[in-house]
Amino acid sequence: MSCNRTGTVLHGYFDSELDVLDASEFERHLEQCSDCVNALEALQSLRSSMNLTQLYEKAPAAFRRRVLASLGSGRSVAASFPSRTVWSWLAAAAAILVTVYLGVQLIASQRAGDYGTELAAEIVDAHLRSLQPGHLVDVVSTDQHTVKPWFDGKLDFSPPVHDFADQGFPLQGGRIDVVHGRTVAAVVYARRKHFVNVFIWPTNEKDSAPSSGARQGYQWTEWRKGGMEFCAVSDAAPSALEQLRSLLTSN
Amino acid sequence: MLDPQDQMRFETLVLPHLDAAFNLARWLLRSGTDAEDAAQEAMLRAYRFFHGFRGGDVRAWLLQIVRNTCFTWMEKNRHGKDLSEFDEELHGSIGPTPESLAIAADNRGRLTQALESLPSRFREVIVLREIEGCSYKEIATVTSIPIGTVMSTLSRARRQLQLALNNPAKKEAIREL
Repeated sequence: MSCNRTGTVLHGYFDSELDVLDASEFERHLEQCSDCVNALEALQSLRSSMNLTQLYEKAPAAFRRRVLASLGSGRSVAASFPSRTVWSWLAAAAAILVTVYLGVQLIASQRAGDYGTELAAEIVDAHLRSLQPGHLVDVVSTDQHTVKPWFDGKLDFSPPVHDFADQGFPLQGGRIDVVHGRTVAAVVYARRKHFVNVFIWPTNEKDSAPSSGARQGYQWTEWRKGGMEFCAVSDAAPSALEQLRSLLTSN
Repeated sequence: MLDPQDQMRFETLVLPHLDAAFNLARWLLRSGTDAEDAAQEAMLRAYRFFHGFRGGDVRAWLLQIVRNTCFTWMEKNRHGKDLSEFDEELHGSIGPTPESLAIAADNRGRLTQALESLPSRFREVIVLREIEGCSYKEIATVTSIPIGTVMSTLSRARRQLQLALNNPAKKEAIREL
């Protein structure tokens, strides 16, 4: 590797940590520097293998129970009341109520957190699967009038499909995928050297503002509009996902 | 001990990151059983310090405690484990990467071995970035590396990981001598 950027700014670009100016400057450099292109591919390949081998070590259940128990001991407020007056019984009862309330809160918050985490995990997994050779698209076309009819008869809804080549997101094609146990449309766009998967499925919920996050180095953005739920995922910069989202919501 | 309000904040804010705490400890200590002990100690410390937590990125705050607990742990329990850490000279020069890395995709053992062969200061940035998905800012908070050098540290760590993946045989051959 002779280009000195392979050891510096390339990593900031790869991690979507450059500001817009630096990122576009580096993209111009990429067009002429094969060292950086190769290094970027090697980093992508490293990231994919790390993701595919699922190196995340989740807390074992027994450990989790032990930690909760050790922290729970701090909750036994009732035991510290010395007096035997009525007040102490009332206080103890209040403490028990607080403990029960906290328990319910804890379970509720964990469930809410799990749902978001689960969806993000599924979306990122589906994105990774699609990047395996030959899995990205079932219908290869940059023409929305080819891709959209292809979905007919395969889905019980009609996902919006547009080509945004002029805006920097050329349509690559589409495929059927499964998210949360239901069949969804996956519309694939390119963003320079990155692919963006947009998963689409119908929903009864109201339109919603986007919520975003990152997982295993991939960015995702999820929103609802016009009875459809959208979730876009990519290793492109968060600003690129936001741009694609605004294109999709205004078309 | 925390008052009920702080107790509730702790449970809603900190406990959801228990997996992250265990994952970091597991990779830093390279052992599941050590990680359980260290992560539990870190959770108790987080619980004790929580009163002083003034908001912000709670995952980074917790991981910083986990990280410091693990480094103290490693200081206390040195069994010559560090001898097996990565030595750049053993690995020689880098070969073509994509093909060999694609093979590694099928091989969790190889990746684990390569990752565990890195010095802890490199291993932690890889784990935080690639497995935990932390931003540079979060990595800076957790590791106390200045944010300006997170990028170059990651760059060196990734290069060593690529070297370790490409030349595992060479390393083992030399180890046997």
